[in-house]
Amino acid sequence: MNDSVQSVDPETCFLTLDEFARLFEVLISRGYEVIGPTIDQEAIVYGQLSSIDDLPRGWTDQQEPGKYRLVRRDDNALFGYVVGPSSWKKQLFPPVSTLARADRTEEGWQFQEAKEETPRYAFLGVRACELAAMKIQDRVFTGGPYVDSIYEQRRSQALVIAVNCTQAASTCFCTSMETGPRCKAGFDLALTELPDGFLVEVATAAGAEILSDLQTMKVSPEQDTQANAARQQAVDQIERRFDTTDIKDLLMSNLEHPRWDDVAERCLSCTNCTMVCPTCFCSSVEEVSDLTGDHVERQRQWDSCFNLDFSYMNGGLVRNSIRNRYRQWLTHKLATWIDQFGTSGCVGCGRCITWCPVGIDLTQEVNAIRESES
Amino acid sequence: MEKPRLAVFKFASCDGCQLSLLDAEDQLLSVADALEIVYFPEATSRMEAGPYDIALIEGSISTPHDAARIQQVRRDSRFLMTIGACATSGGIQALRNGADSAEFMRAVYASPGYIEVLDQSTPIADHVTVDFELRGCPINQYQLIEVIQSLLAGRTPRTPGHSVCLDCKRRGTVCITVAQGIACLGPVTQSGCNALCPSYNRGCYGCFGPASQSNLVSLTSQMEQDGASKQEISNSLQNFNNNAPAFREESRRLLDRNGEPY
Repeated sequence: MNDSVQSVDPETCFLTLDEFARLFEVLISRGYEVIGPTIDQEAIVYGQLSSIDDLPRGWTDQQEPGKYRLVRRDDNALFGYVVGPSSWKKQLFPPVSTLARADRTEEGWQFQEAKEETPRYAFLGVRACELAAMKIQDRVFTGGPYVDSIYEQRRSQALVIAVNCTQAASTCFCTSMETGPRCKAGFDLALTELPDGFLVEVATAAGAEILSDLQTMKVSPEQDTQANAARQQAVDQIERRFDTTDIKDLLMSNLEHPRWDDVAERCLSCTNCTMVCPTCFCSSVEEVSDLTGDHVERQRQWDSCFNLDFSYMNGGLVRNSIRNRYRQWLTHKLATWIDQFGTSGCVGCGRCITWCPVGIDLTQEVNAIRESES
Repeated sequence: MEKPRLAVFKFASCDGCQLSLLDAEDQLLSVADALEIVYFPEATSRMEAGPYDIALIEGSISTPHDAARIQQVRRDSRFLMTIGACATSGGIQALRNGADSAEFMRAVYASPGYIEVLDQSTPIADHVTVDFELRGCPINQYQLIEVIQSLLAGRTPRTPGHSVCLDCKRRGTVCITVAQGIACLGPVTQSGCNALCPSYNRGCYGCFGPASQSNLVSLTSQMEQDGASKQEISNSLQNFNNNAPAFREESRRLLDRNGEPY
C-alpha cells in the first residue's frame, strides 16, 4: 500500500457478513497470508487466519494501566475490541532476522546477504492508530538514505485492510495525538462493522481488485447513518486527554526534573513498553558462529533503550540508571523524535500503559512535569 | 595447534548443570572435536591433572575441603567459568546461611560429628577470581555452547543481562501478569531460558537471578497491591538464587529482617 496511489475520494460499498466470510478465501487464493485478530493466550493477538471463525467473535478487551482482560460481549461483533499486545511491527520488522552469512573457505571468507522470500501479508483489522504507526515506521526504515530492505519488501507487498474502531479503551488517546479513531489514509480497504455486514471504503486499485471477487451492494442511507454512529461511539468513549502543546520544549527544558527520579522508582526497566510500542524500532546486531568458527551468521533482533547494555559505547555505559533510560525513552518518543523524523513517535494507542507490569502511564508523567511548570 | 583442554569440576550441587552439557546432544560431538575433555568425572573416567585451559565449575563452596580444593583448581586453570546458580550465587543450599547449621545437622544426621561443613554456602567468586559466570538453575545448554564457541573464536559471548520480558516479547508470549494477573519475576530476572515458564502459563521463578539494575521494590509493591502477602513474595525470592544480593536484600526487606536470618 502506497499513500500516493490512494484516491482522494474513496468509493464506498456494503459487504454482507456472508460475503465478508468469503474475503478470506479470496485473499488466500490470491497468495496472501492473512494476519489478523484472533484469541490466543487470553488476549486478542494478531496471528495467521484461515477463516472468519478465527476472528474474536463476541469478545472484547478491557484495559487499564497494567491490566488487560478478555471479556464476553453481548453481541457477535467480530472487531468489537480495541488493540491488544501485538502490533503489525512483528510482521514488518521481525523480532529476529538473519541479515548475512559468512563461510570460511580455502579461498578465504565468503560473505553473502541472507535473502528471504518476502511473505505476502494481508493485514486485516488495522486500526487508525496503527496506520499512523506504520507511516512512522515507513519514515524510520525507508525514509532516509539507508533503506531497510527487509521492512521495505514486506511493507510494499502487504495489503492493508483497516477496520474503524467503534469503541475505545481507557488507555486510548488517539484523539490527542490526532491519529484516530477514524481511518483516513494508508489503507487499501477500510471497513466499518455493522451488525449485518461491513461498510467498505475502497482506497486503492489493489483494494478494488480484491473487492471485485466479492459481491458488494450499494450503501443505504440507513447503513451510512449507522456506520457514522458506530464510529462516533469510539470518539465519544475516549476519555484520556493528553496535552501535547509545546511538548518538545516542555520535556527538553526539564531534563533534571524531580519527576524523572519519581518514575525511576516505579519503572522496572523491563522493556515491555518498547516491545509493545508499534513505533519503537531499536535493534541490536550480533555475529553468531558455530563451534568450528567456520560459519557465521549476522543476526538482528529487537532490542530496547531500557536495556543497560544497549547504551554501551566505547569505554562505558551512557545511561547507567533507570532514570536516565526512562528519560531517554520518553524524550525520544515525544520530543526528539520530532527533530529526527518530523512527527511525534507516539500514536496514542495506549499499549505502553496497559502492558507496563506496574502500570506506568506516560501521559501522567508528562502531565506531572507540565503541572509543575504552571 | 593443540586443542584447548577442558575440565569440569563439581562442588556442592545437584549435577544438573553438568548434565546440560551432556544433554547438548547435537553439539556435544562438535564440542569433543573442538576441545579435549580431560577431566569430567560425570562423563568419563579419564581424569588428567592440570593445567587446564578452560575449567567449568559447578556448585557452591560449603565445606572446608571444597574451600581448599577450589584454590587448587584456580591455580590449575587459565580460564575459570562458573556454571549455574550454585556456583554463581550459592544455590538453594545458601538458605542455611545465617541459620544454625549445627541444629540442622543434629536434626538430620544420626552422628553429626562426622560432618565437616562451613556455616555458609557461598559462590565461587567469594573464594577465587572467576573469569566468567554463567547463570541459571540449570544453565541453558545453548548459552554454555555459546560461551565455549566465543572462547574458541576469541569473541564476546552473547549472554545478555536483560529481563525475561524481552524474550517473552520476541517469541510472542503475551504477558501473563497483565493479561491474567499471574505473579511473575520476569521483569526483574535475567534472561537465559528464552522465557520458558511464561510460555507455559507459569510465572518466572527467577532461575537466572536478578537482571542488571533490577527494580525489585517496584515489582514486589505491585505484587502486594495485587494481593500477595509479604511472606509469599519473600518466599518467591528465596529460591535457587536466594543468596544473589538483589534477591536476598529484597526478601529480607519484605520481612523487615535487615541482615537477619530467615
